[in-house]
Amino acid sequence: MMECCYIKEVVKGFFSLCTGMRVTMGNVLTRPTTVQWPRESAPLPDRFRGHIMLLADDATGYPKCIACTSCARNCPSQCITVTGKKPEGAKKKMADRFELDFTKCSLCGLCVEICPVGALDFSRDYALASYSRNDFNSMDLLQELGSPF
Amino acid sequence: MNKPIQPTYTLDKVGEENFALNLGPQHPGTHGVLRVILHMDGEYILKADPVLGYGHRMQEKIAENMTYPQTLPYVSRMDYLGALSYNLAWVLAVEKLCQFEVPERAEAIRVITTELNRISSHLLWWGAFLLDLGGFTPFLQALTDRERILDILEEITGSRLTYCYFRFGGLPSDVDEEWLTKILDFIKKFRTRLPRYHDLVTGNVIFQHRSKDVGVILPFDAAGYGLSGPILRGSGIGFDVRKHEPYSGYDRYDFEIPVDQNGDCLGRYNVRMAEIEQSLRIIEQAIGSIPEGPVRSKVPKLIKAPEGEVAVAVETPRGQLVIYIVSEGGKKPYRVKYRVPSFANLSIFAKMAKGQLLADALAILGSLDMVIPEVDR
Repeated sequence: MMECCYIKEVVKGFFSLCTGMRVTMGNVLTRPTTVQWPRESAPLPDRFRGHIMLLADDATGYPKCIACTSCARNCPSQCITVTGKKPEGAKKKMADRFELDFTKCSLCGLCVEICPVGALDFSRDYALASYSRNDFNSMDLLQELGSPF
Repeated sequence: MNKPIQPTYTLDKVGEENFALNLGPQHPGTHGVLRVILHMDGEYILKADPVLGYGHRMQEKIAENMTYPQTLPYVSRMDYLGALSYNLAWVLAVEKLCQFEVPERAEAIRVITTELNRISSHLLWWGAFLLDLGGFTPFLQALTDRERILDILEEITGSRLTYCYFRFGGLPSDVDEEWLTKILDFIKKFRTRLPRYHDLVTGNVIFQHRSKDVGVILPFDAAGYGLSGPILRGSGIGFDVRKHEPYSGYDRYDFEIPVDQNGDCLGRYNVRMAEIEQSLRIIEQAIGSIPEGPVRSKVPKLIKAPEGEVAVAVETPRGQLVIYIVSEGGKKPYRVKYRVPSFANLSIFAKMAKGQLLADALAILGSLDMVIPEVDR
């Protein structure tokens, strides 16, 4: 009786392995599911959160930022440094220094949400790698925008 | 001259076959920086001593020095696999404290995203557990489907792992019909793929032998050690926060709580697999009955909480998470306490591992579904 059960179990086990192998074999002829980076890259969604960037005013080309520092105050990791002053003849302040410490940033987006003038947005840079941390610990976000100073 | 470093453990029994074995802190089977000192007698474990705290980041203390919105990105770093459940618990706690209203549409979207997150967490567990047992194919199968979920969630939240999507009083942005149909397409496709999972693993004779009657937790022990989640339900106690203390509109949906009476690794496995199916059901119902309307109620920009204390329980993929906030009024909480499920779930490991083979101990550790940053927090 005992031997009968044993043989039954062996046969049952063998078939269970065959069912598993069938699933594995089913994948042999399918296309790879991975994206072959860097030859091709996965599409970025619209809401992708890269590091933050400053937006320019369409009319002047200067940054929209009014240096109110609410982004710096709301940042959980204190990774934003903003200072600002009034350009000659202007009524409002404008940022003359906007630095992001990207090594600390956790991309939560609280700064983008809190900005009263909509001067911040997420960039679409994702392939960020470097040999030196100095490339990221004080990223000058004003660099690519025009400046009145 | 420097003193030699003393070992932090002494062997209870000294013999030819007795030795101490360090499992971790860098071991693939512990899924993180957990160190377990195993007192061995040959292949058998005499005693297991988990050593915690390698990933301690003072999460509770950080929360005391932050304003309420600033803590939001931090909570999802605790359990990186079920980040949205943590997000949800934090926003629910603050909403309860400040008595903010949440629109029904926002609640439905919260349920959809959290359940998707639960499925992705269970899928990764499924792959990693079988990787612990020595099977590599299941891991790739699970990650293929998990990738689809991450794509769906990335589209709406902007990130793939440590989400920060919920806000006090609702959500930062609405979803569109296209996104909802994408989920329905995924569910349809995933339903055809789920039987494959069972063909590949559940019926497999090697898996059955490795997991059946291994690491049995009795219901009495499960309740006594404060276990929760699939581990508690795998021991025959059908407690689920979603059903027993419904939050975020879970009482509107019809779903079951899978329970397994065996209490072994296979029981916990069966519970999680059944939970995936129940989550799919919840998502379908939530999409089917999603109301129109705003996704964010009027909430002051500067959140000042009134004096008081509040506790909120949420069912994460790993079990019951409780966030307890004491406020003295003002922008920052006075004290925050996280009751995390993995910490309680790990506490029974020492008892279970006693007298087991080393290979079985790894199967038990895998079936507990640990996230170590959550234990250490």
